[in-house]
Amino acid sequence: MGSRLGGIFWSLIFLAVPILGVATFAIAPSYNVWLPKDVSEHGASIDGLFMFILVLTGVVFIVTEGLLFWFLWKYDASKAKGPATYIHGSHTLEVVWTIIPAAVLLFLAIYQMNTWADVKMRRPPMSPTVEVVARQFEWRLRYPGRDGMLGTRDDLFLTNDLHLPVDEDILIQLKSMDVLHSFFLPNFRIKQDAVPGMKIPVWFKAKETGQFDIVCAELCGWGHYKMKGRITIESRPDFERWLEETYARQEATQPAPEDVAGSAAD
Amino acid sequence: MSTATASTLSHGTATSLPPARKPRPVAEFLSTYVFSKDHKVIGLQFLFSTLLWFLIGGLLALAVRWQIAWPWSDVPVLGKLFAQQGGQMAPEFYTMLFTMHATVMIFLVIIPILAGAFGNFLIPLMIGADDMAFPTLNMLSYWFMWPAFFAFGASFFVEGGAAAGGWTSYPPLSTNVASSPGSGMGQTLWLLGLTMVGVSSMLGSVNYMTTIILMRAPGMTMFRLPMTIWAMFITAILQAFALPVLTAAGFMQLSDRMIGTGFFSPEGNVVNNAIPTAGGGQPLLWQHLFWFYSHPAVYIMILPAMGMVSDILTTFARKPLFGYRPMVYSVAGIAGLGFIVWGHHMFMSGMNPALGVTFMVSTMMIALPSAVKTFNWLGTVWGGRIQFTTSMLFALSFVSMFIIGGLSGIFMAATPVDIFIHDTYFIVAHFHYVLFAGTAMGVWAAIYFWFPKMFGRTMNEFWGKVHFFLTFIFLNGTFFTMHILGAVGFPRRLADAYHYETFHHLQPLNAFMTWCAIGMVATQVIFAANFFWSMFFGPIAGRNPWNSNTLEWTAPSPPGHGNFDFQPVVHRGPYEYSVPGVEKDHLMQTDPPHALAAAAAAASH
Repeated sequence: MGSRLGGIFWSLIFLAVPILGVATFAIAPSYNVWLPKDVSEHGASIDGLFMFILVLTGVVFIVTEGLLFWFLWKYDASKAKGPATYIHGSHTLEVVWTIIPAAVLLFLAIYQMNTWADVKMRRPPMSPTVEVVARQFEWRLRYPGRDGMLGTRDDLFLTNDLHLPVDEDILIQLKSMDVLHSFFLPNFRIKQDAVPGMKIPVWFKAKETGQFDIVCAELCGWGHYKMKGRITIESRPDFERWLEETYARQEATQPAPEDVAGSAAD
Repeated sequence: MSTATASTLSHGTATSLPPARKPRPVAEFLSTYVFSKDHKVIGLQFLFSTLLWFLIGGLLALAVRWQIAWPWSDVPVLGKLFAQQGGQMAPEFYTMLFTMHATVMIFLVIIPILAGAFGNFLIPLMIGADDMAFPTLNMLSYWFMWPAFFAFGASFFVEGGAAAGGWTSYPPLSTNVASSPGSGMGQTLWLLGLTMVGVSSMLGSVNYMTTIILMRAPGMTMFRLPMTIWAMFITAILQAFALPVLTAAGFMQLSDRMIGTGFFSPEGNVVNNAIPTAGGGQPLLWQHLFWFYSHPAVYIMILPAMGMVSDILTTFARKPLFGYRPMVYSVAGIAGLGFIVWGHHMFMSGMNPALGVTFMVSTMMIALPSAVKTFNWLGTVWGGRIQFTTSMLFALSFVSMFIIGGLSGIFMAATPVDIFIHDTYFIVAHFHYVLFAGTAMGVWAAIYFWFPKMFGRTMNEFWGKVHFFLTFIFLNGTFFTMHILGAVGFPRRLADAYHYETFHHLQPLNAFMTWCAIGMVATQVIFAANFFWSMFFGPIAGRNPWNSNTLEWTAPSPPGHGNFDFQPVVHRGPYEYSVPGVEKDHLMQTDPPHALAAAAAAASH
């Protein structure tokens, strides 16, 4: 059934899969379509794991797709002579291709654990640097002020404009006022859902100054796309100065936020 | 079951039809084609309904892609029908579009086309039964789809539009009416529709299990079943165990919405300045219950395709399936492990991160049976005599694309990597490779393969190959690109992401993907034309146009009511191709053993 030309054509179509697949990943970074700049301390290990899995799966991808092409090319009915090989399987092969992937996958799982624990389980022993409360469709921020305590009179309230010091442990207390949201900092390799009724700690350390995006990554309603914040990383003195100025502005323009603080604290 | 031999039955029907009965054409038409209890007619009803919804789901996808490629620009055609703002898409309309695209594709296309259409059509034929164990239940399983069709369909036209909380319907967005326009009547209808799909699946599942266990033809032992039937069997078990949880969760969400319970809402939750909820519940509870069903459902959406592809590969490679028992065990392994991996959807949800580690290990391990299956498919193709029919091309592309979808899953299973790519286009790429490039391509392989059995005619091969070629090119253009978008962190479900500094340069890439998606949907016109033309004018197929081995190919094409015109007796497994010493290159399951013995004796002389 089908001509030799057909067999050649279709085999090559399947050969195009690994070639174009690898080419896409090879070319993408030079068009800036790749992992965004990482400015967090733990980000390098996440990116490293990403690249490790990419190389590992890439090798499997090339080998299996390559074999598929080669078999199609070689065993095309219009080319290969005689009947097909009459074989029902191979116990040895089954054992080999069960045990090797099992070991690799188990290793892969264990190899992830330390980074995961660093980012999500080993919480630094400190009080929150800032509280982030997600709400349709904005990020409400609350700094503890001079006394270092949230829920007191000198708290500083802001929206969408998060400032944090560079090279210091940051602990964010993440909450949601209404529906689910997700606090996503692409440049910090941070993502954490904000869940109503839960206080979830998020921590990281920035290693560079600059301005970056805060993205909402969990569907939160019609305005999900515009729930955008900015995070500014600056030196300790700059950060202190910004805190002072913003606090002074808050005091000048608003009454003491006692009742607001009371309703937000729980 | 009929025990008449082929000759007596065919003579009997030709001469002695009772002429006394009064013809009642309307009643007859209704009982034959509408309220039929014949598994083949029910299978075709499922097939036509799901293909129609496939078209609707595809058009919804195009509207989604339009917005991603050219946000806030006038939408051609659809814009005039729906949008209120002079042809542009409103953001709440966009959230509704992707919610309903996923809902339609998952609940009205993939699940019913695999289990409903192919499960129904193939199970009795491939095990040598004259029908399902419970024909009335079978008929009901189709008709319970109609309330679902109405509920999902009608929800587009109620106030606030259809559900817009994502196909996962996470509360409080889905339970709190104040949180989104689609969370009104649309969401209630969504939950009712989902429940009806569940009832339909459950009726089917009970039927499939009973039929496969009790109604196999003489000689058809469990380990002589074709992979299609094994996959359908295990899928039915998955459905039966997982569905009750989803149904219960659906009713809990319904009561949260309708009578003010608070299973999924914490106390004092204020959405959009509305009255605080009474609460006392937990949003994460829904996620656990939902994924306890919906992760096994992912396998419900691929295992039958894997089974059908295994059968098609062996037929067109003219070779026994490589590692039949490992293939069966790996399907069972996927099903078993499938129940303990649901938490990998929730790594970022606020679930205890230590639990995330456990789910990471189980998720990594579920890649193992999938890998074993892939290696065995490669082993099947190796040393074969490959016939590049349209059906074979689709089946081969299933293997090729499943490799991509399987490997990309490992990125998400790795919890630290998932922190970055969770809810980005990387996951969108992953599940489209599994569900579209995998399952849908498998379904096309199955349609081209079993079309002769369904309608007695074969589909056009040339146009079939054109259909394959264009679909294959466009699907990779659309979905492979999503991987690198995901590597940038491009988030899913955003009506417009280009105002973010991180993503503002990605519009041209998205425009390219949308052009490919348009091409992909347009290509299906070729398929539809080929399908309907071949139904009436295609070349007549004999009983066994592909020289395949399994029982359905011994029945007439199309089989009449009761399927077989003789009692099939099974003598061997389904994959005896290219047996040495046998003249023809395949031995059907029903071929008597003495033919083989005689041939072997002749060969040894």
